[in-house]
Amino acid sequence: MSQQFAAYATSTGEAFQFWVLGTVAVIGALSTVFMKRAVHSALSLAGTMIVLAVFYLANGAYFLGIVQIVVYTGAIMMLFLFVVMLVGVTAADSLKETIKGQRWLALLCGVGFGVLLFAGIANASLKNFDGTGQANANGNVQGLAALIFTKYVFAFEITGALLITAAVGAMVLTHRERTERPKTQREQSEQRVREGKHLPPLPAPGVYARHNAVDIAGLLPDGTPSELTVSKTLRDRGQLRDVSAQALGDLRALEQRSEERLERTPVEPANLKRGEEASK
Amino acid sequence: MNPVYYLYLAALLFTIGATGVLIRRNAIVVFMCIELMLNACNLAFVVFSRMHGNLDGQIIAFFTMVVAAAEVVVGLAIIVSLFRTRHSASVDDASLMKL
Amino acid sequence: MENLIALLIAAPLLGAAVLLVGGRRLDAVGHWIGTLLSTTSFVFGVILFADLLGRNADDRTLMQHLFTWVPVAGFQADVTFRLDQLSMTFVLLITGVGSLIHLYSVGYMEHDERRRRFFGYLNLFLAAMLLLVLADNYLLLYVGWEGVGLASYLLIGFWQHKPSAATAAKKAFIVNRVGDMGLSIAIMLMFTTFGTFAFGPVLSHATDASEGRLTAIGLMLLLAACGKSAQVPLQSWLGDAMEGPTPVSALIHAATMVTAGVYLIVRSGAVFNAAPDAQLVVTVVGAVTLLFGAIVGCAKDDIKKALAGSTMSQIGYMVLAAGLGPIGYVFAIMHLVTHGFFKAGLFLGAGSVMHGMNDEVDMRRYGGLRKYMPVTFVTFGLGYLAIIGFPGLSGFFSKDKIIEAAFAKGGTEGWILGTCALLGAAITAFYMTRVMLMTFFGEERWRNQPTRSPEAPSAEPAAEHRGEHAEPHPHESPKVMTIPMIALAIGSVFAGGFFSIGDRFLHWLEPITGHSEGDSPLSAGAVTGATMVCLVIGVGIAYLQYGRRPVPAVAPRGSLLTRAARRDLLQDDFNHVVLVRGGEHLTRSLVYVDHTLVDGVVNGTAAGFGGLSGRLRRLQNGYARSYAVSMFGGAALLVAATLLMRAV
Repeated sequence: MSQQFAAYATSTGEAFQFWVLGTVAVIGALSTVFMKRAVHSALSLAGTMIVLAVFYLANGAYFLGIVQIVVYTGAIMMLFLFVVMLVGVTAADSLKETIKGQRWLALLCGVGFGVLLFAGIANASLKNFDGTGQANANGNVQGLAALIFTKYVFAFEITGALLITAAVGAMVLTHRERTERPKTQREQSEQRVREGKHLPPLPAPGVYARHNAVDIAGLLPDGTPSELTVSKTLRDRGQLRDVSAQALGDLRALEQRSEERLERTPVEPANLKRGEEASK
Repeated sequence: MNPVYYLYLAALLFTIGATGVLIRRNAIVVFMCIELMLNACNLAFVVFSRMHGNLDGQIIAFFTMVVAAAEVVVGLAIIVSLFRTRHSASVDDASLMKL
Repeated sequence: MENLIALLIAAPLLGAAVLLVGGRRLDAVGHWIGTLLSTTSFVFGVILFADLLGRNADDRTLMQHLFTWVPVAGFQADVTFRLDQLSMTFVLLITGVGSLIHLYSVGYMEHDERRRRFFGYLNLFLAAMLLLVLADNYLLLYVGWEGVGLASYLLIGFWQHKPSAATAAKKAFIVNRVGDMGLSIAIMLMFTTFGTFAFGPVLSHATDASEGRLTAIGLMLLLAACGKSAQVPLQSWLGDAMEGPTPVSALIHAATMVTAGVYLIVRSGAVFNAAPDAQLVVTVVGAVTLLFGAIVGCAKDDIKKALAGSTMSQIGYMVLAAGLGPIGYVFAIMHLVTHGFFKAGLFLGAGSVMHGMNDEVDMRRYGGLRKYMPVTFVTFGLGYLAIIGFPGLSGFFSKDKIIEAAFAKGGTEGWILGTCALLGAAITAFYMTRVMLMTFFGEERWRNQPTRSPEAPSAEPAAEHRGEHAEPHPHESPKVMTIPMIALAIGSVFAGGFFSIGDRFLHWLEPITGHSEGDSPLSAGAVTGATMVCLVIGVGIAYLQYGRRPVPAVAPRGSLLTRAARRDLLQDDFNHVVLVRGGEHLTRSLVYVDHTLVDGVVNGTAAGFGGLSGRLRRLQNGYARSYAVSMFGGAALLVAATLLMRAV
């Protein structure tokens, strides 16, 4: 990289790069906040982070730029995606506010804070940019290493301890110790008999030809969906698809058709047409 | 172009992240917004490093990244165990801290 | 020789411990253990007395330092005993009379199931009383002071199943507390004034302190003495204290404990000498009590209460003498000793009469007992002659000296005090003659008496065992009871003469108390003559009223003064109206203030915070995002503040 990249007066190239990529970063940040699905938010954030990595490089922080891509976008965002998958990738959040006045307060605080920050930066006398050319003379990584292992060696050691603690903490939080012997199948069936519910196996989910059917509730004889037929996790995530309305419509059409065959009552043309299509 | 515009960008990103924390209910998205705020700070540190012509700002950004990594690991673990017990990742559902 | 002093106290203390801890297995021998240890103490006393007599008059103070009690810098209290002529006199009186009364109690309490406990309490009393008179500082004296109060409480309430006895014990204890408060305040004042409360430094430096201080100390000491010695205005407990067994009345409430106040005043003589105002108050209290007790004694039909009034009156004489300063100290103590003999003898005689009369105490149901109880009659009679001051007997010498000293005070005060003392002598002659005549002379009113009405004066509880309604069969008491009575009668007859001839007692006590002859406006002979005239008048009136005429079995209504005197000159009514009602009013208003003002402030504060919290609580909705808004808003404010500071 050339000296002038980090100098006070930046090149036109950098200005162009700033305005283009800066816009991308702001759009990414905004969509992180306003996307309904967590997956989309995560992908937008990853985009913003890559833009930031480029800015790091542009500001002479070569090591940090690479680390930003490898560690942040590569590892941390992937971790986010894993958790999103675990919690339910297709679940869409409602953006409707439930706490009274929260949104207005948040906007007020956000705008106020932003204005204050902007005012503060504008007010500060930030005219003199030294550039990192001098500091990076022996190479950016070497310079960082010299600082980390001399001046910041204690902070460095402590962050090491922090990382280990975090790893152990994550294990403690997510690990669930089995404190009792798991019930055998016989004991489970005996318990079911004792409690007097669901003696037979749970009913199978319903069938819908166009999809894998595990997310579709089976219908009871009267046409209403049965909660028992789908997995609890899907129910909790709100990922069930209710096809009962359609099934009921089909049922009604079938009845009409049979009545028509038996020539009991005159049938409306629209229904008749649809019934004929279905019969073909 | 004056590099001070990078600072304006960092302030803007920080504010967006903070507002997101306040508005979103999904704990995972809230976490992402916090990451966004941290990244905005990192950008500011890197720009300060350039401004003063030494590498201390970059060191701070580096440490921020390490701490952020640790925080993400623990935070996501908390979210996972919360989801296991409550079958929900909404921060509003964990509202037992009231009378 | 000094080491014997602690043994004086240790012997009865050991007795109390053994008897009270020993339990039932000592029931058979307990009373003899108590009597033996009391007598042991008396023997030690006699040995020490002999030792003191063998020394020079200036060298008769023995000190025994036992251990350091409170070893605090600037606040030293030692357990040190001081045996000088004054203490020695008391030691002999206490252990001597005490031992005789122990012996008497062996017979008197024979039918009581709790006799062992009774002797335990008696021994405890002896130990405490000896500690009181032997202590070398006021703090240790205070321990003994409280100890005798405790023993008095336990013994008055000895028949605790009788509500009247339990109440009387409580009354004595509470009234005594008022006096005790005075003593403790006096000790604190001494400590702030002199920096110590040992007798030696306090009394030798008494004149260094300001007179105001000394007057305050003196008045507080007088308050203590009033409580313990039943002087006006703290006299109300002594009459009720007669609910205790009669030996207790003889030992504690006639001979020894009630004289502790006189001891305190005489011991603190140096303080009083330097505070004439306090001394004047002491003499006034003594003169008032002297007449008060005598009037009460005239009206009582209960033999023990009549004697109690007499005790109050005689102690009034002693306090009067003690208030006169160096003129009177020696005579106060001399009267104290002779009074110890004859009053104890009178009480024992009264007990003997009650013993033979089914525990009847109402003198209107006595009469003509001299034939049935010759020994009791003779000993009681000698005591009677002694107390009214019959020439040649103990009371004659000691009381006569006090009356002389009262006149010798000089000035108007001297005349007033002397007249009071003379008047008291006349009244004493009257009421004692009344007691004598009603009990031992006249018709036998105890025969064919109607069934006792329930509200009649209460008898001691043993009466129920002996058949309450049966006609009494008066009989002489056993030897174990008569021997102490005879011994005390001998003391009543000869003690005064022995002390006075050649001024033996004066020379004995003078090194401690000091002595000065006042300038009496009357010659000694004139005073004695006046006393004799008063004596004859008192005896004569009593004889005309009770000897010549039959005594009615039911008390006549009597004059206003008589009725008031029967009610102890309205002392309880006064206490009730002024102190109890006043206290109730004070308490009620304090409760009102507490409820409205104090509680109002507290509750109001609490309610205010409660309401405020209720409002603030709405901020705590439990949503983390709401809290985050607060944090973010706070951060924004901080940024704003920072920028503003920079701008300024």
